[in-house]
Amino acid sequence: MERKKNLIVKIQGDIDQHNAEEIRAKVDKEFERSRCRHMIFDFSGVSFMDSSGIGLLIGRYKSVTARGGTVAIANMNSDLGRIYNISGLKKIISSFDSLDQAEKQVENQAHA
Amino acid sequence: MIYDNEINISMSAVSQNEAFARVAAAAFVAPLDPLLNELTDIKTAVSEAVTNSIIHGYENKGGTVYLTFRSYGSEIIITVSDTGIGIEDVALAMTPQYTSRPEMERTGMGFTVMKEFMDHVQVTSVPGRGTTVELRKTIETQTNRAEHFFSMIREH
Repeated sequence: MERKKNLIVKIQGDIDQHNAEEIRAKVDKEFERSRCRHMIFDFSGVSFMDSSGIGLLIGRYKSVTARGGTVAIANMNSDLGRIYNISGLKKIISSFDSLDQAEKQVENQAHA
Repeated sequence: MIYDNEINISMSAVSQNEAFARVAAAAFVAPLDPLLNELTDIKTAVSEAVTNSIIHGYENKGGTVYLTFRSYGSEIIITVSDTGIGIEDVALAMTPQYTSRPEMERTGMGFTVMKEFMDHVQVTSVPGRGTTVELRKTIETQTNRAEHFFSMIREH
């Protein structure tokens, strides 16, 4: 059986300190179990994120890249644009308009 | 100073109340007819301040967080207070990317976000006594927006 390369993490609802810990635990467990290489966050269901969400994403970025993978975000609501920009997250995790685009980019980066 | 409106809330310093605090802030600001991005800015800043009180002020051991929402004309003044451990060095705490809790995946961006998203942020803290964060923002009024719109039309 071919190993899946991308773990798609679809988050529903707000990302704050209250639920960041639960998301972190679930994502880390699934990433370990699936042995996927890359991680793509589908943000279509996220309408709010504060700096706890930034911490969550940077933390996952560190663990995924340590294992040679990449992290991307897809379908990010325009309301989240400001925090994505000012937090500096933009410099390390790319954001794409669709899951398809994110998957393609992650594969390309991995082969580069 | 007599405010047009004022609401006080005291709530347990538990993380589930972060959502309540920002929704309450949004509901308070709504009658001023803010733009969607102004609402997002205010909700985010309040979320950051309340999170700080819960995890830093009270070190996740519980307590009470006090919220005050005031409006004066189109200005919103929000205070988030706690009677927690306080901050020894406010300037250091407000330094971008400084965090006392790196193990919790805190980014040290909380105050940076508040300053970026609000017009004014003022932090008053007494070690051992607690911290108050005051957040101010002037909502762009409909009149201002209409004038802006017409000036854009004239320019074209």
